[in-house]
Amino acid sequence: MGNDRKDLTVGGFELPGRWQAATFLAAGSSSFADFLTMAAPDLLPRAQHREGSVPSGVVTAASGAADLPHGTTIVTAVFDGGVVMAGDRRATAGNMIAQRDIEKVFRSDEYSCVGISGVAGIGVDLVRLFAVELEHYEKLEGRSLSLEGKANRLAGLVKANLGGAMQGLVAVPLLAGYDEETSGGRIFSFDVAGGKYEEQRFATIGSGSVFARGSLKKLYRDGMNVADVVLVLMQALYDAADDDSATGGPDMSRRIYPIIATVTEDGYQRLTDEEAGRYAEAVVTERMQLPDGPAAPLRSGS
Amino acid sequence: MSMPFGYVSPEQVMKDKADYARRRITQIRSGVAISCEAGILFVAPNPSRALRKFSELYDRIAFAAVGRYNEFETLRKAGVRYADMTGFQYDRRDVTARGLADWYGQVLGSLFTDSPKPYEVEIVVAQVGKAPADDEIYRITFEGSVADEREFVVIGGQADRVAAVIKERYSATMSLPDAMRLAIASLASQSDGAAEPLTSSELEVGLLDRDRAHRAFRRITGARLDALVAEAMAGRGATGSSAAPAADGPADEPPDDGTASPADAD
Repeated sequence: MGNDRKDLTVGGFELPGRWQAATFLAAGSSSFADFLTMAAPDLLPRAQHREGSVPSGVVTAASGAADLPHGTTIVTAVFDGGVVMAGDRRATAGNMIAQRDIEKVFRSDEYSCVGISGVAGIGVDLVRLFAVELEHYEKLEGRSLSLEGKANRLAGLVKANLGGAMQGLVAVPLLAGYDEETSGGRIFSFDVAGGKYEEQRFATIGSGSVFARGSLKKLYRDGMNVADVVLVLMQALYDAADDDSATGGPDMSRRIYPIIATVTEDGYQRLTDEEAGRYAEAVVTERMQLPDGPAAPLRSGS
Repeated sequence: MSMPFGYVSPEQVMKDKADYARRRITQIRSGVAISCEAGILFVAPNPSRALRKFSELYDRIAFAAVGRYNEFETLRKAGVRYADMTGFQYDRRDVTARGLADWYGQVLGSLFTDSPKPYEVEIVVAQVGKAPADDEIYRITFEGSVADEREFVVIGGQADRVAAVIKERYSATMSLPDAMRLAIASLASQSDGAAEPLTSSELEVGLLDRDRAHRAFRRITGARLDALVAEAMAGRGATGSSAAPAADGPADEPPDDGTASPADAD
């Protein structure tokens, strides 16, 4: 009662301030996430509950989190003049398949894309916020962030969910983009504490990432063209799906294929289902003969 | 009881504020937005290459303004925040020019009433549609009134005179160079006497591109602007348009709103 601030909230939303003109007119930074933190913190993709909104201990490690849909494997690799990212289409909740055609690779702006693994709800929201963050900066400042700047922002957004991650609601992104300064593709991976790591040549995240990385180590070659890189990533996803139950392989009967996106000087481009299907079919047909896929030479240089 | 010393009636306060803002806005040079086949074209004289009058607000929506730069820049940024937050909370399709225009109207309205000095700005919120008939153009004035414009709009300066030139020759099926030619001719009409046509280095040009997916706004600068202006000027003789006579403008008659009342400021 009285002047208690809690009187001004309805259903957890703070009414005053949010849509007031002064909120928008106030000079602030060019970060949309910063603006939301000030104006509407409940819209942020955080698994953290504000004090008092939920009894503490409702979400404890692994108890609730395991039943939520999780996204799985994302693979990415650079080629001369750009970068390719691919993701399988499966989401799992415990040992159930939650969704067969989930999308986990997104365009974040014209020159970058993000793949997510972990709790899908957090991850998808994180990417949505990241995309608005980049566009918001671009509109306010009249220029795009550098690729390094984008990676740092994404690291900051991931770190903001650290509390949720500690409770088991983990989602991590993988960022790939075309750097206009170096005229080439670059890859950044992240950890839940906001650590940002630049990756060389290729990178994988998610439950099937171990198998995908092994596959990429044997099949990826420097100087490959874009079509070969797409094929290598498709092989890596197949290998991940082969050994990880949470990763989905190409679903030939339902025509659900991995999402494949390229980012080059000409911007972000997602392969159509037909194009992705052709690569998937090539790999599946080949595996009918050789279930373990192409074999790498035993000795280097041969 | 007599009135306290220094009392000014609310009517007088409002009138003084309105006169002040109106006088400032008519003193600056006009900007135009014209709906044409290619989209909505924005043209204004602007010697600066960094301080912009036209910008993207959201996917299909652009912001145009004339007046005091720091004030309309504050409004522009506020609009981007409002649009991005609305789109983030609901969906991208739920951000509309009408909603933004209404919001700007409310903001400018309360700024006009509440602050001692009104904003010296006139702004446009425009949204490009599938065809020129679907385009939406709203003009919002310093005191917060919102006008739903059709086909084209002129903001700032000798708006009536500039609008008269456009009205005479406007057609919704105009090509981009035709619209550019009309914009240049109309803007030239605001300077007194036989003004030289504006060159590309003096112009700021933006386009809400009808055919562009997602984010429709783009600036036309550099070589592309030179080419567009050259194309517009080349077509001048061919279609026999009367840009040169129009540049002379009608007789110098003061607009009906307060340019001739500097004494009111006292």
